[in-house]
Amino acid sequence: MGKVLTGAEILLECLLREGVDLIFGYPGGAILPTYDTLTKYPQIHHVLVRHEQGASHMADGYARATGKVGVALATSGPGATNLVTGIATAMMDSSPIVCITGQVPRGAIGSDAFQETDVTGVTLPVTKHNYLVMDIHELPYIVREAFYIARTGRPGPVLIDIPKDIQNEKIEFVYPEGEIRLPGYRPPQKALPDEIEAALELINAAQKPVILAGHGILMSGAMAEVRELAERAQIPVSMTLLGKGSMPENHPLNLRMMGMHGEAASNNAIQESDLLIALGMRFDDRVTGNLKTYAQGAKKIHIDIDPSEINKNVPVDVGMVGDLRTVLTQLLPGVKRASHAEWLNHIRDWQEDAHERDIINRETEMLMGAQVINDLWKFTGGEAITVSDVGQHQMLEAQYYPHQRPMTMITSGGLGTMGFGLPAAIGAKMGKPDEEVWAIVGDGGFQMTLCELATARQENVGVKIAIVNNSYLGMVRQWQEFFYEERYFATPIFSPDFVKLAEAYGIPAMRVTDRSQMEESVEFARRHDGPVLIEYVVEKEEIVYPMVPAGADLDNMIRRPKPGDVGVK
Amino acid sequence: MSDQAEKTKHILVALVENKPGVLNRIASLFRRRNFNVDSLTVGRTHRSHISRMTIVMDGSGISGRRIAANLFKLINVIDVAVVSEEPHVSRDLALIKVRANDADARNHLTQVCDQYPAHIVDIGPEVAIVQIAAQEDLVEMLIKELEPLGIVEMVRTGVVAMGRGVRILDSPYEPVIPATRNSNGNGAYQVYGV
Ligand SMILES: Cc1ncc(C[n+]2csc(CCOP(=O)(O)OP(=O)(O)O)c2C)c(N)n1
Repeated sequence: MGKVLTGAEILLECLLREGVDLIFGYPGGAILPTYDTLTKYPQIHHVLVRHEQGASHMADGYARATGKVGVALATSGPGATNLVTGIATAMMDSSPIVCITGQVPRGAIGSDAFQETDVTGVTLPVTKHNYLVMDIHELPYIVREAFYIARTGRPGPVLIDIPKDIQNEKIEFVYPEGEIRLPGYRPPQKALPDEIEAALELINAAQKPVILAGHGILMSGAMAEVRELAERAQIPVSMTLLGKGSMPENHPLNLRMMGMHGEAASNNAIQESDLLIALGMRFDDRVTGNLKTYAQGAKKIHIDIDPSEINKNVPVDVGMVGDLRTVLTQLLPGVKRASHAEWLNHIRDWQEDAHERDIINRETEMLMGAQVINDLWKFTGGEAITVSDVGQHQMLEAQYYPHQRPMTMITSGGLGTMGFGLPAAIGAKMGKPDEEVWAIVGDGGFQMTLCELATARQENVGVKIAIVNNSYLGMVRQWQEFFYEERYFATPIFSPDFVKLAEAYGIPAMRVTDRSQMEESVEFARRHDGPVLIEYVVEKEEIVYPMVPAGADLDNMIRRPKPGDVGVK
Repeated sequence: MSDQAEKTKHILVALVENKPGVLNRIASLFRRRNFNVDSLTVGRTHRSHISRMTIVMDGSGISGRRIAANLFKLINVIDVAVVSEEPHVSRDLALIKVRANDADARNHLTQVCDQYPAHIVDIGPEVAIVQIAAQEDLVEMLIKELEPLGIVEMVRTGVVAMGRGVRILDSPYEPVIPATRNSNGNGAYQVYGV
């Protein structure tokens, strides 16, 4: 006989067994039984957020920094709907989180009860799976399944909606040991032998191969295998935004980022290659540009854990479904050594051309966003975990903060969610308290979730917040400059005095307006254990180069100007 | 004649867990992926915890395999087969109410029905109901022939299909019955409608 427990106790018992010791949440009527029960579980630390969106982003940031499942908790109705942006963000970037929401009592479901929302309906398209618990006996099974589904296969968010009466109901608690039985869920593992053979034939015959390194490498832990593949056959590696960190960025074979704001050498190599080896990436439109002209001369091998990604955007010659690390382990013994000297030299020419192009792309007395990022990289020794928001500063981070280690670059790639930066950085820092964590945010995105400053203060989370303040919704302004004849409508943005604002929250803050203060600003941030905010006031009309206009051919780039080029003001 | 229709259409069969909301998940997937569904039918199988869907989709621009790969992503989908890519039997059932208010019309109606696997299942002074259960294209042909008589009402079930021969689409899976439910005397696993 097990003990007789309430639904809320059963939930928390199950969370403990999943190793959960941290929950990001916000209370409310329909989840109150669970909140009250949390008082009996001091092993689980609850972080009170200021908006439920913050909770789902924090859980996401925690998951991306640690590789463990992040947990968010919210009440029914508005509490649950506030989670949705964070859930959709986690879904697009395959981040494992479990969201638990209170629901109105079973008897009231469907009656438009106070704070009733069909949460499983609302989140259906943005979760990997979700559950509405209608029978307390199933609760322990559901919690186990939810964590299992969230972290295995292609990871993603799972939501569990628990009616209030079930949280209060009592039954004998027996934890379901043994295998989880999900008849319709069998994450693929290995590739088929004939697929491996077909892939090897292409790899060993290629003259101009390129590896496309995606997020899947980090999720599967295949960094060593990818490096082995690249080094053995001397294949250059181009990274997606979320693939950053999958291979050290100073590695001679690393071509750095591909895509819309990728390096010209990366994009040119892809376009001219005769073989693309796509690893755990999904040919997003931001990395392919015009699909009709994308890598026309290249054969394509695609390895992904999600079968629906194969042939989705780009038809491939060999598609292999499985865990990347497992498949690469199958593949590696057959990969022949090669030097590809001519191809690598050709690429080096493109790279050298790019080196001539300075990060100062406008003549200005002002500090530039690119310089801010470059110097943050320099003075943090390139070792920090950076969590960026969305916009120009995000792309500058990707370009000017090279990462050597996996899982140190966190950003909202697929959904491009402004407001992600600060809460995700809080989650990352709480998951990795011994690491230096920097939130790199724009003045626009920061204002979307700045209420979480209070969370950082209350929990004394030592996250360092760098606001790159250009007084514009910079990325949109850039599009307006390029494609809408400089009609800067709805992009100039007023901001409060960020330094005073931080001080009002009891957060030490500093304003930087000149490059000479960069080192001092990092020292200032490091001097305090808790949160610190630094506002970098930068050139208003900076542009992120290079750029492939949306839908243009991948090698049709607006390049970084060279000093003295026409166009450099 | 069946070949022609099937070239442009995929018929998929999915075994799904008989749980609440599963139909919703599938419909949502198709809408989200912009897949064009011709017809979708759900029904019970010989296993009380498994339902079976037959989905007919516009085949232009997407392979049956890719649709199946998307269905597989749903946790409640146990198995999927693209039956249009193998020998199969498919049936669509239609009830067609036509005007039959004089002897000529009734004679004509009987003649037409004799050429098809169709029956007159109801007849009154004004109208008759014709029932046909056949391959979709045969149903379409019958409808064409009945049009001159005047179709006043029609309903179709949508296609159901099954692969031929010994390739069996089934799952031995039994749902987990929570350990505590039995000891509490709450009976067997509850079966929900989709
Ligand atoms: C929630 C949300 N709303 C709108 C957008 C569209 N958008 C993309 S970048 C951007 C501007 C961001 O401005 P800011 O945060 O100041 O950063 P900057 O580009 O100036 O570095 C906008 C509005 C978005 N990505 N997310």
